[in-house]
Amino acid sequence: MPLVTQPLFVQIVFWALSAVVVISALLVISLQDIFKAALALVLSLLSVAGLFILLNAEFLAAAQVLIYVGAIAILIIFAVMLTQNVAQGSLSNNFRIPVALGVSLLCVFIIIAITGMDWNLITEANLSSATQEAVNTIFADGTASLASILLNNYVLPFEAVSLLLLAAVIGAIVLVRER
Amino acid sequence: MIGLEHFLVLSAVLFSIGLYGALTKTNIITILMSIELMFNGVNVAAVAFSRWITPYTLNNDTSAIAEDVMRHLMTGQAFAIFIIAVAAAEVALGLGIVMAIYRARETVSITETNLLKR
Repeated sequence: MPLVTQPLFVQIVFWALSAVVVISALLVISLQDIFKAALALVLSLLSVAGLFILLNAEFLAAAQVLIYVGAIAILIIFAVMLTQNVAQGSLSNNFRIPVALGVSLLCVFIIIAITGMDWNLITEANLSSATQEAVNTIFADGTASLASILLNNYVLPFEAVSLLLLAAVIGAIVLVRER
Repeated sequence: MIGLEHFLVLSAVLFSIGLYGALTKTNIITILMSIELMFNGVNVAAVAFSRWITPYTLNNDTSAIAEDVMRHLMTGQAFAIFIIAVAAAEVALGLGIVMAIYRARETVSITETNLLKR
């Protein structure tokens, strides 16, 4: 039993969101029209943002909507419209059946590993009362905790990411520039 | 009761769908979209771990201070932030390469693209 209580509607929301995520992900890889596939990708990414809210990660949900739906999806739709080959669409290569077999086998193995694993969950039984109190405080204000850990423990990767994004922006400009 | 396993199975399914798309599609943009699906599967798993898993060092540890607990609980979310940032950089560069290939080759199919130059 996790330390945060779980009302019934959480279950309904989880099943609805995961159904939308899986169905729209399947649409992304099955639709012939790449533009429609990009729209299905937007739906999938939005539902993942909803899942982040269910997981007490409000800041990540906001970042997901801003970065994935707001930036990455728009970029992909622009690329589709600039390069779309209407006659061809989104074709598959000749390895559909072996890849489908291999991937579903991999998925089954992962699910067996997940369900067979004895996870060390956050429960009242294995945490001292002081730790439980700390856990509750952290989940009550997750965004502040995330900011604190990003700017204390992970400050070097945080700065490295800004350098990476700068390099990516310059690289994209160089690649797209007309010669 | 929705627990850790539910989210992990969902993330495994999402990752597998993305992997299938990345391996079978011939359109570069569709492959990039499939890779985004894989990133999202990994992100769901990382955030679910940070929500439900406690490291063994904290088990019945009465001396654990709040900062230690926070470091353990928020690491998954911090990694998800980094994954999102790296995905943004990857898409910006990937679509730049797509545009360069399209300008040189008039196609975005990987079956007709074996060189990056004209």
